[in-house]
Amino acid sequence: MKPLRSLFLAPAAALMIVTIAVPLAIICFYSLLTRGAYGGVERPWTTENYRLLFDPLYGAIFLRSFWIAAVATALCLVLGFPLALFIARSGSRKNLYLSLVILPFWTSFLIRTYAWMFLLRDTGLINTGLQAAGLIHTPLPMLYNDGAVILGLVYGYLPFTVLPLYATLERLDKSLLEAAADLGSPPWNTLFRVMLPLCAPGIRAGAILVFVPCLGTYLTSDLLGGSKTILIGNLVQNQFTAARDWPFGAAASLTLMAVAMALLFAVRRQGEELL
Amino acid sequence: MKRGLALYATAVYVFLHVPLLILAVFSFNASRFTVWRGFTLYWYQAAAADRELVESAMNSLIIAVGSTVLATVIGTLGAYGLWKRGSNWLAGSLYLSLVTPEIVTGVSLLAFFQWVFRFLDLRLGMHTVILAHVAFSVAYVVVVVMARLRTFDPALEEAALDLGATEWVAFRKVTLPHLAPAVAAAAMLAFTISIDDYVITSLVAGVDSQTLPMAIYALARRGVNPMLNAVSTVVIVALGAIVLFSERLRSA
Repeated sequence: MKPLRSLFLAPAAALMIVTIAVPLAIICFYSLLTRGAYGGVERPWTTENYRLLFDPLYGAIFLRSFWIAAVATALCLVLGFPLALFIARSGSRKNLYLSLVILPFWTSFLIRTYAWMFLLRDTGLINTGLQAAGLIHTPLPMLYNDGAVILGLVYGYLPFTVLPLYATLERLDKSLLEAAADLGSPPWNTLFRVMLPLCAPGIRAGAILVFVPCLGTYLTSDLLGGSKTILIGNLVQNQFTAARDWPFGAAASLTLMAVAMALLFAVRRQGEELL
Repeated sequence: MKRGLALYATAVYVFLHVPLLILAVFSFNASRFTVWRGFTLYWYQAAAADRELVESAMNSLIIAVGSTVLATVIGTLGAYGLWKRGSNWLAGSLYLSLVTPEIVTGVSLLAFFQWVFRFLDLRLGMHTVILAHVAFSVAYVVVVVMARLRTFDPALEEAALDLGATEWVAFRKVTLPHLAPAVAAAAMLAFTISIDDYVITSLVAGVDSQTLPMAIYALARRGVNPMLNAVSTVVIVALGAIVLFSERLRSA
């Protein structure tokens, strides 16, 4: 090992220690301490913060976050699969169609969420349009509910399923599908018994790429869900700001992190690269 | 079957793009309500005259440029170092920084900064935001530069070393020119991530370091405002141009 080679790594290593390792270690310690009188942390050491997570009130927030993330992930997979199939079969225009999926993804998540506020609110385009057409008389309450949050998540994370699904469909050996058809398998049967099992790696990768950020979402639930939809992300944020209960916030964020890591690990163990 | 798929794909593309298009169209609407009353640039003028918006946009630009430069340098050197000689724990922590939920990154950095401030007479401000942005964008830089390094023949660098170049000269004169397009693409990626971030930034920003996403967020929470449509349109067009350009560089 030559010294210069380590020097190339040194800045990145220092950065990772300062911004990943130490902060996570601090969060670990804080999660085992007691809330201080003025918002900080104090001794004694306790596991009370973790126990509190099983309180029905907070347990419900976790369950609800899982539920919303699961629905959003399922929708992303179901909606993304046919699109990925279309792109994989579109010949020379593949790159154009792929870019059209990726482009909105890089245009500000915040602004994309605001776009849905603009469309869904009581005086938004959809309600105004429906009223002008005489289809409804009072505006439909489309904003500030779980449905709006799920819609925002699907809108935001759909590319995360399309890309890995496209990657597996692209490599799919077409002769296997032809063989199924030759042997008399109807198209739906081929889809479920041949195509989907062969796409399992892409489905798993896509599912994990969507589920993990959805589980920790903060922005979407805050803007589209209003104050009614409190998810883990909002809970954590609130503990570190308004509620000033850092130890509990630390315990909640470590739990969120542990779930995310466990899911990623489960997928990676099968030898699949996510990146 | 084929036509069905094409029809479906069209519907999804409409779903992905039309909301943003509508947002942009109504930034030119003369009425503040969702009824078309004719073309105007009034909301753009209003946004440009709004001191808070302009100031936060300036802050965002300073933070994005600063963190992009740092992240690109650190990330490029890191990718090169990792390519020369793997380091499991560094690769692992970079991966960790990519997959940690944003909110967790945000609160852990906040806790870290507050802990450091016990010993140093500092407060949250532009510097903490810049450090946070470098932290979450450096892994993206490493991924992009690494992809390019995989297409680079190490024999070229060895040849330079054999001919008497020092390691540093070989890196600067042989490897770096090959990496240049990827480094530029990575920098643009880091810039777009930085300029767009709200969740982490809002937690580690101080009173004097409000960024554009924070200003947009505060306005959005108060409800819909055509001025916000105007700002959004400017951001979408600017980011879109950067992304298209960086895609071109990456595939070059």
